Amino acid sequence: MTETDGGRGPEVSAPAQCRSDAPVLVLRNATKSFGAVRALIDGSIELYAGEAHALLGENGAGKSTMVKILGGVHHPDSGVLLLDGEPITLAGPSAARIAGIAIIYQEPTLFPDLSVAENIFMGRQPLRTGRRIDRKEMNEHVREICDRLGVKIDPDQAARGMSVADQQIVEIAKALSFNAKVIVMDEPTAALSAREVERLFDVVRTLRASGAAVLFISHRLEEVFEICQRITIMRDGAFVMSAPADEMNVDAIIHSMVGRDLETMFVKSGATVGAEVLRVERLTREGVFTDISFAVRAGEIVGLAGLVGAGRSEIARAIFGIDDYDAGKVFLNGDELQARSPTAAIAAGVGLVPEDRRQQGLVMDMAIDQNVALASLSRLERLGIIRRSAEQELAADWAVRLRLKYGRLKNPVATLSGGNQQKAVLAKWLARHPSLLIIDEPTRGIDVGTKAEVHRLLDELAGQGVAVLMISSELPEVLGMADRVLVLREGRLVAELDRAEADEASIMRAATGQLAGTPL
Amino acid sequence: MVRSSPVVSGSETTPVEQAPVSAPARVPQERGLSWRMLGRWEVALLGFVLGTVLFGIAETPNFLTGTNFFDFGLNIGSIAIMALPLTLIVMTGEIDLSVASTLGLASSLLGYLFAHGWPIVGAMALVIVVGLACGLFNGLLITRLGLPSLAVTIGTLALYRGIALIILGSNSVTGFPSSYTTIGTSPIPHTELSWSLGIFILMAIVYAIVLHATPVGRAMHAIGLQQEAAFFSGIRVKRIKLVLYALSGLLCSIAGILWTFQYATSRYDAGIGLELTVVTIVLFGGVSIFGGRGTIVGVVMAVCVIGGIESALTLMNVAPQVQQIVTGCLLLISVILPNAAEGIGRIRARSAISRRANE
Repeated sequence: MTETDGGRGPEVSAPAQCRSDAPVLVLRNATKSFGAVRALIDGSIELYAGEAHALLGENGAGKSTMVKILGGVHHPDSGVLLLDGEPITLAGPSAARIAGIAIIYQEPTLFPDLSVAENIFMGRQPLRTGRRIDRKEMNEHVREICDRLGVKIDPDQAARGMSVADQQIVEIAKALSFNAKVIVMDEPTAALSAREVERLFDVVRTLRASGAAVLFISHRLEEVFEICQRITIMRDGAFVMSAPADEMNVDAIIHSMVGRDLETMFVKSGATVGAEVLRVERLTREGVFTDISFAVRAGEIVGLAGLVGAGRSEIARAIFGIDDYDAGKVFLNGDELQARSPTAAIAAGVGLVPEDRRQQGLVMDMAIDQNVALASLSRLERLGIIRRSAEQELAADWAVRLRLKYGRLKNPVATLSGGNQQKAVLAKWLARHPSLLIIDEPTRGIDVGTKAEVHRLLDELAGQGVAVLMISSELPEVLGMADRVLVLREGRLVAELDRAEADEASIMRAATGQLAGTPL
Repeated sequence: MVRSSPVVSGSETTPVEQAPVSAPARVPQERGLSWRMLGRWEVALLGFVLGTVLFGIAETPNFLTGTNFFDFGLNIGSIAIMALPLTLIVMTGEIDLSVASTLGLASSLLGYLFAHGWPIVGAMALVIVVGLACGLFNGLLITRLGLPSLAVTIGTLALYRGIALIILGSNSVTGFPSSYTTIGTSPIPHTELSWSLGIFILMAIVYAIVLHATPVGRAMHAIGLQQEAAFFSGIRVKRIKLVLYALSGLLCSIAGILWTFQYATSRYDAGIGLELTVVTIVLFGGVSIFGGRGTIVGVVMAVCVIGGIESALTLMNVAPQVQQIVTGCLLLISVILPNAAEGIGRIRARSAISRRANE
């Protein structure tokens, strides 16, 4: 890393007066290019001991590149990295770990078949005589760390089958076992339920109390205000501003992130509700969900809320024919859906935007236009041959309608950013003019600007008479978009709330099994 | 293929993969791009074809003669026919190693039935039905029981050959009607094409259309690249795979019939070990062993290269063992080179994207 004069870009603001200590970690004016793409133009941040620091920015703002520089994955082309005031060069991920910087990625990277303790002590297990692994001591260490974090995790449990939340805790425990001073969490809450987020925040508070510096990346601003003391905002690969959290508000943050004011977060025009499109009767899949009955009407957005694991996505999968069910019936536009396959559901007018768009929503290495056309091929053929021109027109048409940002329609869909990938999945289904659109976590991992566009799109669809069943872990999204909210708990439908009566408290009470009136 | 590792699969793609280009108001000009994509490995293959021909001309006196071309077709035709369904199977990310055993079983059964007084047409019909059943059996084990195709077809590789041995023992059956065995001695009238090569060429055209221009061909690409996403898009993944295995069994039995008449002999060990050549043709033709990528044009050119080299080596009286070494080397080349070519192509695509991003 070469040292450069810090003359370019705004200076990192001085630490707030409440702290006199020096920052643990300083990154100043870091740059990084990949080929001709300048991913990071001015990466600057100061992390203080005992403080949780939020890093905010739209997708493509350079957050991930900066995280990877801190984690030793990427080497900056220029810039300074100071650890405890000393300049340091990270040769690789293990160097970062030794230096006391730990990165917790959004999707945990544990070995599924190894136990918690084995994962934490991978490659440096305590040994007994004869180079045998000392399991007892290893498990003892793990228990001690878990006690420190205030969580209960069995050291002997295999990582496979653990929830994402528990796996993250294991990653944090691993970081602590290295005595990490700086812990970077890249969107840790994206896949967590509200209760798991709370537990994670308790762990973050414990980390802070023990003097660690936490860098927290999230798209959910309410979480940032709950847990972070300081906020740094990036835009287009460059540092924009840094300030204590209590001097900031949501509008100011969004303004700094996108460089413009967003119209209201949620557009809700209140379409006229028409005939019943989907009716689910006593749908049951043993051990997953039980006795689920509800209906969605044309022009209506119905939100499916509940904690992760309550069976929301599983119900969507059953309706769409991915998974079989043991009892119950699904009706579409009055006709029972007989064959339980996606092919049959699609033919009946259903579209599913799945939770995992990289694995299930898109064929990542296939061209954008081919992905958009993938579910509509039967309409694009003549004498059994796909009409390429019609295929390209279809994709180009939807790209314009959804304001898709792309290079060429022949590029693999993997070249799109997360938000635009989601638009491509939407285009695939909208091209079929579905009567029911099921959308699972519509805006997960999508930047604020695209998020608002997706919301506006869902509202437009409802306005055109499409029935929308929306699954979301983000309560503001559910409250902002849904006409009705169905709340699931442990595979059962426990509440149906009208838009008027639904609020965070009522949904969370139902989702967590608290009766109305009793305190949460 | 971009198999995203856990480390990079955050909610943001790494900057290299992003195309931060503002939405164009017009439809960008796409003509010629699909040809460019077809270009990479197929161009290299064309070089191999020319190289093979030049090698043949240089090393042997009568390489480019009609007779030799007929022999070439005779040797490679039946094998090439088996490579076509295997191409589609590999496109979907699966494999079928039982092809040569199905050919052997077909040959044995044909001989057995003929020796037991069946009319030749009836015997051929039953052989084709049995071939279809062999393919269906593979397909059902793979799609209904979810077993890995590699294991299943290694099993049936042994099984079908074993059945062939039970049917015919170590005997061989000869004396087939000369109106049929003539395909081993004379080409299609007015050409130098062997019957098996002629059938292969016709089928290759059909396969190329199916794979590259029809919805089911597109579905095969999608299955090979990302099976789950294909399933979520309404593609009948299992149905397509089952049909492909059935088709493979069917064509292998046809290849078995051609093989038997060409050599005018039915033996249980007909075509033993040929699965190696068939797989080599498919992979050398540029079909990715991981599925989702490949062209019929590439496979046809691979047939020319591998058939041409074998032809030349036979004319040079090179021992079969050496020919096997050549086949093995081609198989390795076909796995190593396209990967390298693809890597270079990907780097070029990236810098192209970056160039546009900076415009």
